[in-house]
Amino acid sequence: MLISISWRNVWRNKLRSLIIISAIAVGLTASIFMTSFYRGMANQRIEKAISTDIAHIQIHNNKFRENNDINMYIPDAVEAARKTSSIDSVKGVSARIINYSVIASAETSAGIKISGVNPEEESRVTDIQDRITEGTYLNEGKKNPILISNILADKLKVRLGSKVILTMQDRNNGIVSGAFRITGLFDTKTKSFDESIVFITYCDASSLIGLPAGAAHEIAIRTTGNEQIKNVYEKVLSDHNGLEVLTWSELSPELWFLTETMNYLMYVLFVIILMALLFGLVNTMLMVVLERKREIGILMAVGMNKVRIFTMIVFETVFLALTGGLSGVLAGTLISKYFETHTIDLSKMGNSIEDMGFDSLVNTSVDLRLILIVTILVFLTGILGSLFPAFRALKNNPSETIRTE
Amino acid sequence: MAIIEIKDLSKIYDGSQIEVRAVDGINLTFEKGEFTAIVGPSGSGKTTFLNLLGGLDDPTAGEVIIDGVNIGNLSSGRIIDFRLRNIGFIFQAYNLIPVLSAEENVEFIMELQGKTKKERKERSNELLEAVGLAERRSSRPAKLSGGQQQRVAVARALASKPKFVLADEPTANLDSRSAENLLEIMEKLNKDENITFIFSTHDPRVVRKARRVITLEDGKVMKDEIRLN
Repeated sequence: MLISISWRNVWRNKLRSLIIISAIAVGLTASIFMTSFYRGMANQRIEKAISTDIAHIQIHNNKFRENNDINMYIPDAVEAARKTSSIDSVKGVSARIINYSVIASAETSAGIKISGVNPEEESRVTDIQDRITEGTYLNEGKKNPILISNILADKLKVRLGSKVILTMQDRNNGIVSGAFRITGLFDTKTKSFDESIVFITYCDASSLIGLPAGAAHEIAIRTTGNEQIKNVYEKVLSDHNGLEVLTWSELSPELWFLTETMNYLMYVLFVIILMALLFGLVNTMLMVVLERKREIGILMAVGMNKVRIFTMIVFETVFLALTGGLSGVLAGTLISKYFETHTIDLSKMGNSIEDMGFDSLVNTSVDLRLILIVTILVFLTGILGSLFPAFRALKNNPSETIRTE
Repeated sequence: MAIIEIKDLSKIYDGSQIEVRAVDGINLTFEKGEFTAIVGPSGSGKTTFLNLLGGLDDPTAGEVIIDGVNIGNLSSGRIIDFRLRNIGFIFQAYNLIPVLSAEENVEFIMELQGKTKKERKERSNELLEAVGLAERRSSRPAKLSGGQQQRVAVARALASKPKFVLADEPTANLDSRSAENLLEIMEKLNKDENITFIFSTHDPRVVRKARRVITLEDGKVMKDEIRLN
């Protein structure tokens, strides 16, 4: 009956209860949606970086990444890539030749990174082929094909079929140039990436720089899922003693930092919301206890002991917190779940989001573990918020409160 | 046999300027089955006396012994339990729990006593029947008239099968018909079930029904008369 009394007491002053319940519900709905939104954004940013460029694991010569020296190559990279592709849970492996170069059109020029790839192998590691807006993906049937982004094409004032010149250093520190025909244009919606990279074939890159047959600077490995990265990494590491084997989080610490920061921000946001909830609850329940001073005195007079009085106030507070909390968690989760499959288009906000490397088309990502933790925290906040009002209720002296008319 | 013994009972309030002797050296005994009215002008100490008798207030001096137990020796936790098992209360302003129905208000006391659902149901049916409210068992206090609420309060006071019932001005807020009706019920329960009632009152109708009338003035017993009604 105590539970029933507490629940009915919650609804005695409907307006007041609804105000605090709505405040809790709206706060939690908004914060769950915001965290799912930012989590989705961050995950998309990471996923995109992995699927367009860095893959899950990369192998380099130990000294290559120090200053991208083209002589610091992996001699038998193509063969190593072939062997690595047979490891369980490996989706694709691509041996890449990396060099930094100047790309020139008839109008202008720009500094870029060249990625010399085997199109078939690369298409199993990255998804640039799915982001082609015009033309084809490194059509090897054509002579000296090059794939550049729309942004770079605009910058160079070139279009599909135009000729561009790549000028770079070769293995002997000489300057070599090659003429390439644009056979495809791509758009990953990440400006910083798009304007700084071009793709040519492995053979063209190898012959321009003069690398030995089968050599490359980078072996990029894509696993079948994030859960497999650790196992594949350990296997690759043991197979390639003396080479540098790194996962995406080590290769791109800023992305790792992004997820970590996002997680901390989520918790800070929830702590702020829960603090507001705590003060709201204490305030409301103190009003309740003061208003019902006489009634509580009567209950004590007729034989309701202090433990029961205390428990009744705790129940009432927890019911208030949980009614608002669960409504907020449910609404927040449902809205966030909806936007997991229905994209939010931020393109109208201008290019600033894309300039930062984020997608302007965002899908939320719901973290059910976080939501469970939040629900438990709401419950605990309810208990915490009830303590002060409940202790206040116990201070009632039946004979004094009964006299109060 | 005396169920309540009061020895040299005093309650003195220390005001900022003057000392108020609300109850001043009272010695009384109450027997099982009494139907007693405590009368006196406002400020004579009736309510304070009943509060001391019910263990709601601590005396400045003296003892209240109920069924051999000196309630002044009980801790604050044990006195609540003692009240629950031994004393029924009826208040001037009814003071039912507004979120509970008439039936639940009566059962609530028994639940505090740890009675089973079956026992609670049977007793609340019996009591609501006795106070003539069996038909309104599901109504909440707000849907009941003042007289009906006070009858539920009587049923609640009796639910725990107390040794005696203390009623502080039980008819003060009732119209004459409801007051009459309530008194008849209390008198019937007193006669039929030998329940002890001690009530403070200003109401001459209540005084007329009482078989013992104790008059207080300035916290002292001025008169203690037994009547043969």
